[in-house]
Amino acid sequence: MEKLDIDIRVPNQTRYLGLIGRVGEDVAHTLRGYRGDREELAYHVNLVLTEAITNAIRHANEDDPDKEIRVSISVDRGRLIIRVFDQGAGFDFKDRSSPEFRSLDEHGRGVYIIRSLMDSVEYRQTDSGHVLEMIKDLN
Amino acid sequence: MIVQIEEKDTAVLITVKEERLDAHNSGELKTQMLNLFEEGKNSLVVNLEEVRFVDSSGLGALVSGFKNASARSGSLKLCNLQPQVKSMFELTRLHRVFEIFPNVDEALASFS
Repeated sequence: MEKLDIDIRVPNQTRYLGLIGRVGEDVAHTLRGYRGDREELAYHVNLVLTEAITNAIRHANEDDPDKEIRVSISVDRGRLIIRVFDQGAGFDFKDRSSPEFRSLDEHGRGVYIIRSLMDSVEYRQTDSGHVLEMIKDLN
Repeated sequence: MIVQIEEKDTAVLITVKEERLDAHNSGELKTQMLNLFEEGKNSLVVNLEEVRFVDSSGLGALVSGFKNASARSGSLKLCNLQPQVKSMFELTRLHRVFEIFPNVDEALASFS
């Protein structure tokens, strides 16, 4: 599978969610040699990007319009690596309980969705904030 | 967000006129539903025919409507879910919470 690197910076606003989601879908559609369900992969990439960026905008960057979000989407050695960088003090990214126990909560499904759809998820500090790294094995 | 609101005999039909229901526009759906509850309209059908993509915020808005309707002895039901949208309800187990119908007519008829 080819090597690919896309780097995007957008203002800290939810109106850019659709734009980045579409870029993610296009990456899934463009991948060479992917044998799985491409439409499903596209939807999942769009979804984890949307969830991760929403968390970064609302919780880490606290809706501050002067901050920005950086997103990198890479394909390397059969792995899809998505990183969402925030400029904040971070947010609580704990593994939540199964949705069975909180079926009528209005919030808290985003982290569960990301963990369900990606093979590896890590949230760590950087020089200027935090990064959420999400990896999916494409083989 | 553009939602189309129509009063039918048995319930109020809310048709979401957006391809994406996400953190950017789900607050508006929530507000529209709250307006209906304030007017005493507690039997709602949300038609998701045009929605191709829903995230956890979109699901949260629908859960909010469901809870508010139930608390007022009404009900919020869904219809016309596209396959990927349906899979989101299954992933989050919300398909066990909502009554989901294949089309508008069946959803409306379920209220009579």
